[in-house]
Amino acid sequence: MKATCWIAPRHMEVRDVPDPTILNHQDCIVKVTSTAICGSDLHLYNGFLPMMEPGDIMGHEFMGEVVEVGPDVKKVAVGDRVVVPFPIACGACGACKAKAYSLCENSNPNAWIAEKMLGHSPSGIFGYSHLTGGFAGGQAEYARVPFADVGPLKVPENLSDEQVLFLSDILPTGYMGAEMCGIKPGDTVAVWGCGPVGQFAIASAYLLGAEKVIGIDRFPYRLQMASEKAGAVTVNYEEVDSVPDVLKDLTAGRGPDHCIDAVGAEGHTHGVQYLHDRAKQMMRMQTDRPIALREAIMSCANGGTVSVIGVYTGLIDKFPMNAVMNRSLTIKTGQCHCQRYMQPLLDRIQRGEIDPTFVITHRLPLADAPRGYDIFNKKLDNCEKVVLKAA
Amino acid sequence: MAASTETGVESSTRTDRGAGTALGQKARPRQEATAPYQRLADEDRGTGGESLSDFLGYFSIGLGLAEVLAPTAIARLIGVKHPNDRNRTLLRLLGLREISSGVAILSNQQPKKSVMSRVAGDALDLALLGATLANSENDRGRTLFATANVLAVTALDVMASKTLARQPETVANEQMDEGIIRTKRSITVGRPVDDVYSFWHDFQNLPRFMRHLESVQMTGNGRSHWVAKAPAGKTVEWDAETTDDRINELIAWRSLPGSKVYNAGEVRFARAPGDRGTELRVTLEYDPPFGKFGSKVAMLWREEPGQQVADDLRHFKQVMETGEIVLSDATKRRGPRPAQPDNKPVEL
Repeated sequence: MKATCWIAPRHMEVRDVPDPTILNHQDCIVKVTSTAICGSDLHLYNGFLPMMEPGDIMGHEFMGEVVEVGPDVKKVAVGDRVVVPFPIACGACGACKAKAYSLCENSNPNAWIAEKMLGHSPSGIFGYSHLTGGFAGGQAEYARVPFADVGPLKVPENLSDEQVLFLSDILPTGYMGAEMCGIKPGDTVAVWGCGPVGQFAIASAYLLGAEKVIGIDRFPYRLQMASEKAGAVTVNYEEVDSVPDVLKDLTAGRGPDHCIDAVGAEGHTHGVQYLHDRAKQMMRMQTDRPIALREAIMSCANGGTVSVIGVYTGLIDKFPMNAVMNRSLTIKTGQCHCQRYMQPLLDRIQRGEIDPTFVITHRLPLADAPRGYDIFNKKLDNCEKVVLKAA
Repeated sequence: MAASTETGVESSTRTDRGAGTALGQKARPRQEATAPYQRLADEDRGTGGESLSDFLGYFSIGLGLAEVLAPTAIARLIGVKHPNDRNRTLLRLLGLREISSGVAILSNQQPKKSVMSRVAGDALDLALLGATLANSENDRGRTLFATANVLAVTALDVMASKTLARQPETVANEQMDEGIIRTKRSITVGRPVDDVYSFWHDFQNLPRFMRHLESVQMTGNGRSHWVAKAPAGKTVEWDAETTDDRINELIAWRSLPGSKVYNAGEVRFARAPGDRGTELRVTLEYDPPFGKFGSKVAMLWREEPGQQVADDLRHFKQVMETGEIVLSDATKRRGPRPAQPDNKPVEL
């Protein structure tokens, strides 16, 4: 089959590789129809996440048709059309029983490495480095999916691939980012980053009852999308002196009640702070640039919530803990517990409450995946979200 | 557990099965002693002195190999402009000395003496560099640079030998000199104590999650026959006896005296708080092949003793909770490989 392989930083190739096979009794094999490139794939693309091997198959957002099932699979059958969530979860451990699927205790075969780097291990993730298990990803013609009865969600035929594909990651991730805020009527929410996850966080904050949602980015086309499609008030941080000051103005001094960091490790800003962080990152004195996170903390209203859904990959520097502690802020974080949100969000899509297709700007054949990475990484051609058609 | 509650050195001649566990007794006719002290309970939990000395051990081997294999390049590096056969032979001899002190450091649980031999070697190196410096034909800049480097390493050597000298000379340390590895690990399994105890109690289940075991057969009378995988497709076999067995509480076993392989283990079961299932605590004691040096070499391929037990326990949890060991394309066989399907069979 054809599969998108990581070769080296900023070097992807679509290669011919052997087809996947059933390795565990609860596996299924999915013939991929649509798959997408995620912002977090760019951390791998740019070489910020360690533990990649040349030849690793990328991709954790995919869907398709079940073509083979293992002997212990009961709910999913050959022929089913499914969306696959990015965290691999066994459904049987303590974390899964508590519906914290991205913390599954059994699905990361490389948990021993993750424990050394993170203290404890999160779940396995498709196509997302050996730190999360060394699972081949879904930017390919076929993918092996462990725990087929726990992850894959059957989707109705009347919905198109594009309407349901993002249930695999970015829609539930944006939704969880907003849900973690505990939004009450009248609340103002600020969202750093108007990439696809940021767009869905904005839309979800409104769904959950926010009065006003503010989107912060530097690309006019992304801010325009946030404003026109998701209904945000927008701030271009390159055009203002201080984002926290603008947010104070927009909230008459209170600050946003909740702040969502949908940027993560590769934040940008203008001026000295960016150069300082970038220099430290290049010298490996820190791996991540926590610029959005710092701003979110400093901007957040007293007693508010800072919700972190942007991905961090290592260590950060200059973390304003005094603001967090002295102003009673709550920090909530996590890789999305996707399995928990897929069915309710599918219901919302069917009821027409949200149409996730608005983030798609590029549709490419799987063979063009390397070009997709390049334009998404460089934000060329007003790129917001790349969907790859595998079949 | 025995290891964490006993704080002193205590000679043990317990023979009653009820009071002690396999680990409290000695299977081999070695010095009678219980292993005291947490510091030594976990072989892989090194002290600062050990990790510095380990570094110096590897450094010695690396430098020694360079001296033996490329004496001309090394001679030029330290400022000898026209290395002759005598220089090369001398460097090769120095290289052999480096390698032997490196091996001595790594293969010894009390590397103090070996590190002190490095200090003596440093003195010899410095004397020879002094002689090189005296010859005006040579590149003085390079020789001075090399001398500065040797002085820096000498400082590290002295530091390491001082740190190691602070370690108590316990009986367990002497036991470690004999190469016995003792390791403790624990895990929580989301199943009732009954289930977990029963599964473990049937030793024939152990190879389902201990990847180094090929089979275990119960042979009656509390005895069992163990077959473990060894390098190059070979196997190692031994007989063991169950030395203690308390329902839903603990199981202990050890190899029979006279076995080719020394191996003793104890697993304790306790109800985890709330509905979290069972807390499992395992202590294993065994002879690694080729002693401590063998285990250090094995560590380069992730075969660190504590790590192996940790892997086994994680696999145990997977088997108990999901029915089997969870595999990925990159981990279905050993060694680095891409996350990509291949047609090779699973080999854990």
